[in-house]
Amino acid sequence: MTLTLRGVGYRYPGTSRAAIDEVDLELRDGEVVGLVGPSEAGKSTLCLVVSGLAPRTVGGRIRGTIALDGEDVDAWPMHRMAERVGIGFQNPATQLSQVTGTVFEEIAFGPMNLGLPRDEVLARTHEALATLRIEELAERDPLRLSGGQQQLVAIAGLLAMRPAHLVLDEPTAQLDPAGTRLVGDAIAALAAGGASILLAEQKTDLVASVASRVVVLAEGRVALEGPTDEILADPRLEELGVPPPSAVRLRRAVTAAGLDAAVLEGALR
Amino acid sequence: MIELRTEGLVHVYREGGVRALDGVDLRIGPGERVAIVGQNGSGKSTLVRHLNGLLRPTEGRVLVGGDEASGLTVAALARRVGLVFQDPDRQVFSGSVKREVEFGPRNLGRSGRELDAAVRGALEATGLTGDEATNPYDLGVARRKLLALASVLAMSTPVLVLDEPTTGQDARGTDRIRDLVAGIAAEGRTVVAITHDMRFAAEAFERIVVMRRGRIVADGPPRDVFGRTSWETLASTYLEPPLAAVVGDRLGLGSTPTEDDLVNALRRRSGASA
Repeated sequence: MTLTLRGVGYRYPGTSRAAIDEVDLELRDGEVVGLVGPSEAGKSTLCLVVSGLAPRTVGGRIRGTIALDGEDVDAWPMHRMAERVGIGFQNPATQLSQVTGTVFEEIAFGPMNLGLPRDEVLARTHEALATLRIEELAERDPLRLSGGQQQLVAIAGLLAMRPAHLVLDEPTAQLDPAGTRLVGDAIAALAAGGASILLAEQKTDLVASVASRVVVLAEGRVALEGPTDEILADPRLEELGVPPPSAVRLRRAVTAAGLDAAVLEGALR
Repeated sequence: MIELRTEGLVHVYREGGVRALDGVDLRIGPGERVAIVGQNGSGKSTLVRHLNGLLRPTEGRVLVGGDEASGLTVAALARRVGLVFQDPDRQVFSGSVKREVEFGPRNLGRSGRELDAAVRGALEATGLTGDEATNPYDLGVARRKLLALASVLAMSTPVLVLDEPTTGQDARGTDRIRDLVAGIAAEGRTVVAITHDMRFAAEAFERIVVMRRGRIVADGPPRDVFGRTSWETLASTYLEPPLAAVVGDRLGLGSTPTEDDLVNALRRRSGASA
């Protein structure tokens, strides 16, 4: 399963400026691609475009080509896109169905709508709860959880769908470090199962731990792209307004002080 | 400048009966910079909502500037404690950036030059100068968050409470917020921030309060709270010290919660061996 973008540009309805332009991107099977960039670089827009919500639901105008496994998706209706590409939003409140009474039902809601057999729905729901270690929330009302807990529930709902392609827009924005790590583990597990994942994140420590490639967006265009280690250590990253991962920052601070950063290496692993 | 104090504060949410705060005793002095950390659901947001009267204690009391918060009107509390929500969309409602920022100080009775100065200062501190006429919903979510911060800043309250201020901010936004915290404290005003970003907590705050299941389990300067002896406590609420602290400990440099601390400790050691 490959998701390919060629020369993709997109304008929101009523605007004259392209929010993203000339974006080439390829998401292969089992691959996690990190999407980083300063605020308003177009990361969320690109997530909407890759998921098919823009322009299908959001409106606006798109150009270029998006293909799933070589097939142009231009004419596909939203429900067909949604079967193949899952999307997780930054704000979990926009993600929750608002129609379920418990966390368990909320997570089961997606797979039930896929028309899966009952046993399969239950198995997937239990597995998603366990993966994110939120079993104890199963009977709670999703709308009465903390922001971070809601975010974990929303991600569990996506996991239960087992999408072939998954787009995550800052999935850990409201999560504590442990929650962030659980989401990282869940992403890695999904990718190991063959899913391809586009992960937009400000937390470059998370990107460093799960992504094999990184795409840097700036002003709607791809500014840098390449293997994770290379891109996240690129000095241009900071100029573009992206915080480098902690380890890169430490090495840099030590070097800037005129000391040998080699002293850190043993302690960084 | 005022003191904040909670005494035996308990909060039980009526729906679900969740005991979000389970006896919190906390005293925050005027001009302190305090970061509150802890896992999701540990009671951080519930605690700060008591500081400006959004929630009332189930048991115990909250004192704001010596007065019990439950005895003050919402308006009186709003003059003392400004709260910036995690989600700006719970807060932003005006048609332009300028009107949004003006709303608070206007309600406090400011006008004319005083109002203009408050608005200008808040926009400058948040990097929104030049966006006065912009519709808040044309700003990206990161800048809308800075706008929510500006609108509370403009009220010049002696206490500022920030819920997850750096979430979703890029490197520049985070640097701006760090400068802003330092600037507010330099004026003798108090800053209390909830954060999941341990590096930000260690660099921008002089005191770290760690919460777990509605209680305070550690409270002290970054050097102590992120030092080796506290790691077990941090782990009990699923937190980890910043990388600089871990690396400093592995290198036998003692407690180095920030990059600067680590660099200085390395310098001292290389100076001593030279």
